[in-house]
Amino acid sequence: MMNSKQLTAILFAGLIAPPSHAEFLGYVGLQARAFPSTAADPAQGSETISGVLAPEWYQQWNDGDDSLNVKAFYRYDSQDDERSHADLREFYWQHVGNNWELTVGVNTIFWGVTESQHLVDIINQTDFIEAPDGEDKLGQPMIHYASIQDWGVVDVFVLPAFRPRQFAGEEGRLRSIPITQNDTEQYQSDKEDKHIDYALRWSHYLGDWNLGLSWFQGTSREPIYLPQISTTSVTLLPYYALIEQSGLDAQYVSGDWLWKLEAIYRRGIGHSIAEDFAASTAGFEYTLTSINSLYWDLGLLLEYSHDTRDRINAGPFQNDVFVGGRLSLNDIASSELLFGYSQDIDEQASRSAFMEASTRLGDSTRITAEIYHFHSDSNNDPIYSLRRDSYVELGLEFYY
Amino acid sequence: MTIRTFTASILCSLSLLISPLLSADEAQDKGLVIAKEMKSRDRGWVDSSAEMEMVLHSRGGRETRREMRILALEVQNDGDKSMTIFDSPNDVKGTAFLSFTHNNADDDQWLYLPALKRVKRIASKNKSGQFMGSEFSYEDLSSFEVEEYDYRWLRDEELNGALCFVVEIIPRDKYSGYTREIVWIDQEHYRAMKIEFYDRKDGVLKTLTLSDYQLHLDKFWRPAKQTMVNERNGKSTEVLLRNYQFRSGLDEQDFTENSLKRAR
Repeated sequence: MMNSKQLTAILFAGLIAPPSHAEFLGYVGLQARAFPSTAADPAQGSETISGVLAPEWYQQWNDGDDSLNVKAFYRYDSQDDERSHADLREFYWQHVGNNWELTVGVNTIFWGVTESQHLVDIINQTDFIEAPDGEDKLGQPMIHYASIQDWGVVDVFVLPAFRPRQFAGEEGRLRSIPITQNDTEQYQSDKEDKHIDYALRWSHYLGDWNLGLSWFQGTSREPIYLPQISTTSVTLLPYYALIEQSGLDAQYVSGDWLWKLEAIYRRGIGHSIAEDFAASTAGFEYTLTSINSLYWDLGLLLEYSHDTRDRINAGPFQNDVFVGGRLSLNDIASSELLFGYSQDIDEQASRSAFMEASTRLGDSTRITAEIYHFHSDSNNDPIYSLRRDSYVELGLEFYY
Repeated sequence: MTIRTFTASILCSLSLLISPLLSADEAQDKGLVIAKEMKSRDRGWVDSSAEMEMVLHSRGGRETRREMRILALEVQNDGDKSMTIFDSPNDVKGTAFLSFTHNNADDDQWLYLPALKRVKRIASKNKSGQFMGSEFSYEDLSSFEVEEYDYRWLRDEELNGALCFVVEIIPRDKYSGYTREIVWIDQEHYRAMKIEFYDRKDGVLKTLTLSDYQLHLDKFWRPAKQTMVNERNGKSTEVLLRNYQFRSGLDEQDFTENSLKRAR
């Protein structure tokens, strides 16, 4: 964590210098989620109402070369105490030099190009209790230096603290069965969540190509689940191994086609119980523009994912095909529909599908609708625990 | 509409008939000379920034406003670079769009989505789509480059009291949303005053009127107002540009994926 003296200095600097640009923004939202199938565990509820607050504050000074960025997040969930959670998504100071940037504090970094899963993206822990799509992230404390050169951008990260993944509680849906316990994490490193992780990335844009090479060493963001058997119950404990991960991401643009590839190789460090493996996702996005007289755009997605680990240890995309689409209505309300379907190639019954739609009402309100469907009948499938957790969600978000 | 189309084609045929002094080649040369002069008079602004307001009018008379800022960098021997930062509506605040236009090659485009903190490359031929639900397409908002069109001078004609060259320009990009455009350029200052956009059915799809021109740095004319009328659906969009700044020291470093991520 950033020490408080540093933070005070930054805050103070922000207050005394003439502020050239400041913004206060964010959103509040309300969502209702219903799970039509009877829960796999009788303790789990069938519907939930939840509310979200996400304020943001941005302050710039020194002619825009320095900035303080704060983004907080709080969700209240009526069904599951564990899903009621707060997080500081961002709280960082950034200095921009002529061809470099230095960021100190909590931030979220995204790496990668594919849509169905984000293999290369490793800096932040995923906030799965917020959404099952893995796009929400917990804020990561970091010192991040970026050097922007003609031959690419080099990013150097020092990550002094680890954020363990949070799991849904007893009453919550979209959780493992048996339940995964929060606050019982085990670590390979003696330093536990204080282990200092490092990451490097080189990325470059060369005409129609975007390339990224990345390297990470430290605590795996993805836990291994260890069964804990007591006389009365069975639970899972998350275990975080030390790993080294090398990643490649590439994207090629050709006309209306975007070709995408992400690949990683992860190996355990020291006496690790983590299995060494390689995984990749490759595919394309093809955009059909102005498909009708209303100028709707339709982006078609096809991606294939492979993981060399045994099915039981692999992620949900160990040998899967994903097809999806993004329909943009290009209207005043910025209406959008995103949908996708994942099919396991080895196991016919293992599949999932989703649909997310949103449109604007007036100037500041968005209405959202979401459907997630999970199907599996084999208990060595990572989505087996979710097979009764298909849901429908309706939401309203007010932006200010 | 059909009458209008009909009139337009009659006018075109007439213009061919009444300019017998110029051969087809000469008309093309003259068109190109006008385009080059137009571009050369607009060289040397180095960088610019402006605040832009879009007013979208529905057919029923309802108004919707959108605000953004535009930064641009002049590039020697290639197309210009530009960045658009969205300030409203609130849910898209912080979204930013980066574009490198190229002579004789596809443009490079990126979109930054602040909710995911993700920069997405955009398939570059996606030009004809509507911009923010307005009557402007991405193509209409990108910088004018001489090499991207073929030209043909049609006639000289007075428009709102100013003598204009009327030039037909044909996009070379087969992915353009238009088959041709007819531009009225005032002969005194080489400013585009009006543009008619034709679609594949060769009817007028949209008409753009550029007005309230202001002179900056004693050399560069910029329209404070542009009105695009969609002749098919009756909707229109006004683009109002304010607070133009030139040569404020922007450079290549202000037009990168990194600067896109921190655009505010």
